[in-house]
Amino acid sequence: MRYFTDVATLARKDLLLEVRARDTLPAMLLFVVAALVVFHFALPSEAGDVAGLGLLWVAIVFTALLGLSRAWVAEREQGVQDGLVLSPADRSAIWLGKALSSLAFLLLAEAIALPAFWIFFTGLDAATIAGVLLADIGICAVGAFVAAMSTATRARELLLPVLFLPLAIPLVVGGVGASVVDGPGRYLAFLALYDALFATICWASFEYVVTE
Amino acid sequence: MLPPLAVVLFATAISLIFFWVPEDAEDPAQRIFYFHVPIALTSYACFGWGAWKALRVLWKRDHRADVESYVAIHQGTIFGALTLVTGSLWARATWGHWWLWSSRQLVLFLVLFLFYCAYFMLRFSVEPGPRRANLSAVYALFGVVLTPVSFLAIRLAEDFIHPTVFTRDGPQMTGSMFAAFCVSLAAMLTLFATFYSIELAGKRIDAQIRELREALS
Amino acid sequence: MIHARGLTKRYGEKRVFAGIELDVAVGDFTLVTGANGSGKTTLLRLLAGLAAPSAGTLRVDAERERVGYVAHEPLVYRELSARENLWLYARLYRVPEAGERIGMLLERFGLWDVRDERVSSYSRGMLQRLALCRALLHEPDLLLLDEPHSALDAEGSELLDAELDGSRATFVVATHTPERLAARATARLALQ
Repeated sequence: MRYFTDVATLARKDLLLEVRARDTLPAMLLFVVAALVVFHFALPSEAGDVAGLGLLWVAIVFTALLGLSRAWVAEREQGVQDGLVLSPADRSAIWLGKALSSLAFLLLAEAIALPAFWIFFTGLDAATIAGVLLADIGICAVGAFVAAMSTATRARELLLPVLFLPLAIPLVVGGVGASVVDGPGRYLAFLALYDALFATICWASFEYVVTE
Repeated sequence: MLPPLAVVLFATAISLIFFWVPEDAEDPAQRIFYFHVPIALTSYACFGWGAWKALRVLWKRDHRADVESYVAIHQGTIFGALTLVTGSLWARATWGHWWLWSSRQLVLFLVLFLFYCAYFMLRFSVEPGPRRANLSAVYALFGVVLTPVSFLAIRLAEDFIHPTVFTRDGPQMTGSMFAAFCVSLAAMLTLFATFYSIELAGKRIDAQIRELREALS
Repeated sequence: MIHARGLTKRYGEKRVFAGIELDVAVGDFTLVTGANGSGKTTLLRLLAGLAAPSAGTLRVDAERERVGYVAHEPLVYRELSARENLWLYARLYRVPEAGERIGMLLERFGLWDVRDERVSSYSRGMLQRLALCRALLHEPDLLLLDEPHSALDAEGSELLDAELDGSRATFVVATHTPERLAARATARLALQ
């Protein structure tokens, strides 16, 4: 139980920091809506709803990347990460807290993006929304982890998309499949499988990302 | 001992593939498969070996294993690039296109190739030391999880990317074909082992020279 | 409390130190001296558990919740206030009666008046005092201090000295000006 208390403490801290700084979430919101407008102009008129749905996933992944690139900035600035690693909290709790707060930001951004998509392009059914939620978990779990890795390098935020996108490909497949195909059950199950597998490996190996 | 063995196996494989195996009337470029698939399998073996060494880096804190992991993944990426090239050549020879999104193996290799190229970018962006070893090892282990997950994803994607699969992913193999295939696979794996030990030896000598320099200064 | 044999740390090809032997008993005040770059910070990081040895053995008989660490950086969030930062650490270290303890420490180190201002507005001396509050918050048995006097002003240094006097914890302090603390030291370790 202490583990989850620590995770909650850390996630709450991130939300508090965002309320203070107010930089990440507005940027994500503006970005995702602007991206949707760009997509309207990028799609030829014959392209159907299906193409639009595919681009929704592009918007989600890149909006998430935008938010994730800022995820560990506060920890890096005054060496706070060492303070967290020194504490009795499990090292993986540091990752999980960050993943949860990233998830909160992504969900908030999608609370605007999905209705915008509905207005600009086409309606979204329950399967799509379920796909978005499941994929968000994977995006934030893997994204927060990989963002911590890239923070530890010289290239920092530059490396994040490079590390993250290959890992995100299965999520896009799962999400688009759930939106587009008649029997979305398989795709939703696949997304759940991705989430379970990668959350496990992230949980098990975060220790090695923050210590040397 | 390894280099001569590799040469012998490779020569045997080539002679079997070009002179012994019966030609497939339907698929004149089929011989490329005798290289393409063994190279692909060797690539998987490289990444698997690299992941095993990565596990030792983290679990046993064995930092000698870091170099071994790196070299294995390096070789794996080279064989991976060759997989993409031979696959592309086969696609061009058989279907007239340089790339086939419907070929599961090719697409999987493309994803993995991107992933492992990122491995090198990660490595080059960190100073040598325990942090680089740890980050590389963790990333290599992610690759092991990504491989089957991506394969599954690619299979699922066929529903909406290309509903009609119009290629065969590999020929049915009769006895003699299978023998030639096995020789080729053995040749490729021995080639990997040879290049691996050569590159590893080179890196170790580099490290020793640097240590000596450090000790003298 | 701490036993190290043949302790070695390498970063890549660079060897920071090698073959260190260290024994720290409960209640000791060990001074770690050496020029800049001799590895004092690295040694403290190893003792704190932030890094693992490259070779040799290290045993620290204190779990993380009994260890306090003061680094070159204050390890606090710039956009939070002193009080919020200390509350965060109090929760992570499961400090009992945290509110009272936080208030007491802030007052002792002269930060009570600025407790609700963002840390980004603090001076270097105030940051270091906050770092001391953070390190002392959970009443650690083992205190690892990396050049604690360096960023402090005169008043802050006096507060720190008072703290060192009154404490029965075990100390390992790294410094490149050992004169100030020499009187308290029960042991010394010099790094090349």
